[in-house]
Amino acid sequence: MTATQSFYHNSSPPGRTGIMSWLLTHDHKRLGIMYFGAVCFWFVLAMFLGLLLRTELMTQGRTIMGAEAYNATFTLHGVIMIFLFVIPGIPAIFGNFFLPIQLGTDDVFFPRLNLFSWYLFMFGGLFAIISLFVGDGFPDTGWTFYVPFSVQNSANVGLTVTAAFILGMSSMLTGLNFVTTFHRMRDKSMGLMQIPLFTWSLYATAWVQILATPVISITFILILLERFFSIGLFDPDKGGDPLLYQHLFWMYSHPAVYVMILPGMGVISEIIPVFSRKSIFGYKAIVWSSMAIAIAGSLVWAHHMFTSGMSDVSVFVFSLLTYLVAIPSAVKVFSWVSTLYKGSIEMTPPLLLSLIFIYLFSIGGLTGLVLGAAGTNIHVHDTQFVVAHFHFVMFGGTGFAFFAAMHFWWPKMFGVMYRFKPAYIGAVLTGVGFVFHYVPMLILGMQGMPRRYYDYLPQYETGNFLAGFGGYLLIIGMVTMFVNLLLSFKQRIPAPVDPWGGTTLEWTVPSPPPVHNFMNKPHVEDYPYDFTKVTERFQKTGK
Amino acid sequence: MTPVQGVDQAFWYILGISVVLLFGITAVMVFFVVRYRRSKHPVAADIRDNYPLEIVWTIIPTLIALSMFYVGWSSYLGLRTVPDDAMEVEVLAQQYSWIFVYDNDKETENELVVPLGRAVKLNITSLDVLHSFFVPAFRIKVDAVKGMSTYTWFYADELGEYDIECTEYCGVDHSAMVAKLRIVPETEFQSWLLK
Repeated sequence: MTATQSFYHNSSPPGRTGIMSWLLTHDHKRLGIMYFGAVCFWFVLAMFLGLLLRTELMTQGRTIMGAEAYNATFTLHGVIMIFLFVIPGIPAIFGNFFLPIQLGTDDVFFPRLNLFSWYLFMFGGLFAIISLFVGDGFPDTGWTFYVPFSVQNSANVGLTVTAAFILGMSSMLTGLNFVTTFHRMRDKSMGLMQIPLFTWSLYATAWVQILATPVISITFILILLERFFSIGLFDPDKGGDPLLYQHLFWMYSHPAVYVMILPGMGVISEIIPVFSRKSIFGYKAIVWSSMAIAIAGSLVWAHHMFTSGMSDVSVFVFSLLTYLVAIPSAVKVFSWVSTLYKGSIEMTPPLLLSLIFIYLFSIGGLTGLVLGAAGTNIHVHDTQFVVAHFHFVMFGGTGFAFFAAMHFWWPKMFGVMYRFKPAYIGAVLTGVGFVFHYVPMLILGMQGMPRRYYDYLPQYETGNFLAGFGGYLLIIGMVTMFVNLLLSFKQRIPAPVDPWGGTTLEWTVPSPPPVHNFMNKPHVEDYPYDFTKVTERFQKTGK
Repeated sequence: MTPVQGVDQAFWYILGISVVLLFGITAVMVFFVVRYRRSKHPVAADIRDNYPLEIVWTIIPTLIALSMFYVGWSSYLGLRTVPDDAMEVEVLAQQYSWIFVYDNDKETENELVVPLGRAVKLNITSLDVLHSFFVPAFRIKVDAVKGMSTYTWFYADELGEYDIECTEYCGVDHSAMVAKLRIVPETEFQSWLLK
């Protein structure tokens, strides 16, 4: 087919041209691309903020900034990474682009609402930026906004909390769109057990977004009421309870961790079978474990509060529940590794990134066991160990899944191939840098260095220096990866319909897809990961 | 067994199993990728599931997880069960220092002195925002919350100086909110207390 028929050339609704065809689009694919631009902007910004933090910590005392700047920087790094990169990242970009295609339909259920979500996302980001430059400066509370500190301090907490509130709305509406599209727009011939795993993971995620986000929205409103009207809900002097805030905050923010990781797991479940040219192992177990994680993950929030002064009974219950949520994640890892068994494995950048994902995510999960156990949690809670743990899960996990998704779907989204060699170099550098960056932090935490520390006791200097060194390696790797992808626009090597030999529906439509996705009615296979036909095709034609 | 030993045992138990699991997963993964590369293994087998295997790898990790939970919980009980003969010290946290108040109303700032061989119970509260009292050497940590009293304890079993750090972010000088714990012989402690 000619390129003129792709969604880049036809607008939805039809007839709009130029910038308006983007700003007023109903097309889920264009919105996916628009999110791509915005999310990458935030990611790169927060990535360099993170580098500033670790540079500051490379030597004891003041290195490049003062304590106030440091505190504002880690707050900004956290807020941006959580609310503007990790939560929206995979669902808003790849979910928007591929969920309708994988379901065999032409758009999401509420296309206008989808556009509205994008505007909310942009406004939320804008608010966060504005709060930097007005009032008494950017908040220095950490992304958790713990009371009473967040209520008492003079910085511009109100505006930032409002920004997070708006971003929550955006996330909730995207979730609503995914759930309705999943049920109402799916191709009539596609049964529940014929749905690709990436879409299943987005479905599980969407429910958490819909059900948990209102809790954080209400909590943020309570902070505002507390700041501006001093209603005293969290103020012990007025009979309020600071622990109530922590419960409300984590009741959203822990399930949100699964909003961040589940879509990443979905991406890995797509990539591994394709490059093994073999059915995913345990399709049903992966579907059920996604739903189990979404449900059980909503019941473990207070494991962030073992030292908070809550009752020992709560510690018992939440520690036990935390261990139970570890099981479905373990099942997924075993299924991925078993998929490789007796496969026909072709090494490509997306597969390499997925393998690094499995390694780093496993470390993240296993260090989570240390944190889930009550006694050991007390020692490492709020130390660098926790910082390393959640970066292993959120960055080694979701981040690498995001990179893998970029390399996997890039040809489909933009219709061009990228060069493999720089992609491998970037991936390896990022992986090695990652280990150098975060393993020292695990050890520092065990030795007792707290998190959110501008300065530290002399015994922690070596570890911090090493971590900073790893950080630079990490950044060089990521920059290599991004630059290589961007260069593909210059090289313009056209991508075929199905460059990898995939079985899900997005590999049956042109690259990039036409505006209504399917030229003919999609043909839904009985089983979404049956590679028999793909293998035959490659043996006959070699492509 | 002291609480410190209990917590350390839990660490070794959980980390030990974790290292074995991580090594196993990684080794098997790398082996498969090399062994079944396309040039050597052009046509994949069609294996979609294996229920007995899936049941095994659900049940065994569940048992391991429950054993870790148990080890973790029993070490936690050690941290929470204060001996009856413990000496008590009141701890007040404020931006950005620790205040220790002894039975005879002696007050110190950023210096906690206790006698060797005693169990010490610390009753902790905050005068302003949240703080958290952390002594890495004794594996203890508990938040200081205004309007609420929390506690922790340790057994002062070795002479020396130990670090106390604040681990709940409390503002601009959070990382400077450090104090010293000194464990001294009983006689030295008594004369210090009366000074």
